[in-house]
Amino acid sequence: MHIDIDKDVCIGAGQCALAAPNVFTQDDDGFSMLLPSSENGTEDPMTREASRACPVGAITLSEK
Amino acid sequence: MPETEPVAFPQDRTCPYHPPTGYEPLRTTRPLSRITLYDGRPAWLVTGHALARDLLADQRLSTDRDHPDFPATTKRFAAVRNRKVALLGVDDPEHRTQRRMMVPSFTLRRAAELRPSIQRIVDGRLDAMIEQGPPAELVSAFALPVPSMVICALLGVPYADHEFFEGQSRRLLRGPRVEDVQDARSQLDAYFEELIDRKEKESEPGDGVLDELVHRQLREGELDREEVIAFATILLVAGHETTANMISLGTFTLLQHPERLAELRDTPELLPAAVEELMRMLSIADGLLRRATEDIEAGGTTIRAGDGVIFATSVINRDEEVYAAPDTLDWHRSARHHVAFGFGIHQCLGQNLARAELEIALHSLFDRLPKLRLAVPADEIPFKPGDTIQGMLELPVTW
Repeated sequence: MHIDIDKDVCIGAGQCALAAPNVFTQDDDGFSMLLPSSENGTEDPMTREASRACPVGAITLSEK
Repeated sequence: MPETEPVAFPQDRTCPYHPPTGYEPLRTTRPLSRITLYDGRPAWLVTGHALARDLLADQRLSTDRDHPDFPATTKRFAAVRNRKVALLGVDDPEHRTQRRMMVPSFTLRRAAELRPSIQRIVDGRLDAMIEQGPPAELVSAFALPVPSMVICALLGVPYADHEFFEGQSRRLLRGPRVEDVQDARSQLDAYFEELIDRKEKESEPGDGVLDELVHRQLREGELDREEVIAFATILLVAGHETTANMISLGTFTLLQHPERLAELRDTPELLPAAVEELMRMLSIADGLLRRATEDIEAGGTTIRAGDGVIFATSVINRDEEVYAAPDTLDWHRSARHHVAFGFGIHQCLGQNLARAELEIALHSLFDRLPKLRLAVPADEIPFKPGDTIQGMLELPVTW
């Protein structure tokens, strides 16, 4: 699963990192960032929960 | 949507951890109902979970409360709607600029870093309460001072002033008179004016959020004084009142569910899920206000430009389509995706800090006082009226 984060939309709520801490983190400004291990995609089942938890729909998932 | 008599909103709860019984009809008219506000004005009430998520993220709904069409749930709210409210009271793109300034101080990492100091504060309050009791009044001895001390340290506000700002916050949120709310705003403005003056003169600024705002954004002209005061007010008020209510009402709810409480004591790993479930069930900020800026098709009808739209979080968070047996306290369900912290761009800035505070406060309270119980019958304990943030007015306990 490929993950795309729209940083212009992200509000830094941290809900992705809370739901899927093995996939997402927050950068120094507080905005969503993929952990290096997930940059080329992930199979972590919590990724979908993280995308749904995002209050502003900044996370798009695609099968690649 | 069936034609029914509009329900009055807000109403008082009958049980402090359940929605008002007067909201029952709203469950059958999900996801959207017509309601009547205190002044007779009609508005829309969003009650369905999926629609709430859509609309809270819809930027055609504005939070600019200075607009004449913005809905008011009380006369005292209407009286101060022209006063500047940072973050919660501004739309994008201005909101985005404000939020960006705040986000680094409220990340998950920052909340995790604050845990040891939150634990010290919680331990200190429990030591003092145990020394003086039993019994104790838990709101004034624990539920209020803990988040007050945490937010003071984070912002750089002297806790020595807590009686002043806690009192003014109480008047700001609950009145009871219109003049109380107006005067509380003025007093808080004057307090922060003076605090900003003092901070400006400091040669070695502190490390609070306000210190940063004063020594960076204010000095560089990114914010003016009025804006810094608006930030300080919302962060301080929202930072202690809401969490204090969750601690007091959360404690009351757990004490009314002894089997659940016993499970939580035996299995502290359940704590994060328990906090999430309490957030869902208690929905203490019950009535998020918006105004439609355009016509919006929603729930099989049209919300017209200018209409008031209110989100009843207590009803939304009990949508049977999302939560089975929604009136039951059950942290084995996934309570994630509740809207107790809101949703969309205004979702609570302090939610990660709030979760940390609630986990530590509830765990330590029941860990230190395993025999904690109510000191008077539950139905004699006063709680807050429906037109403000929900919580206990007092919580007499013994152990």
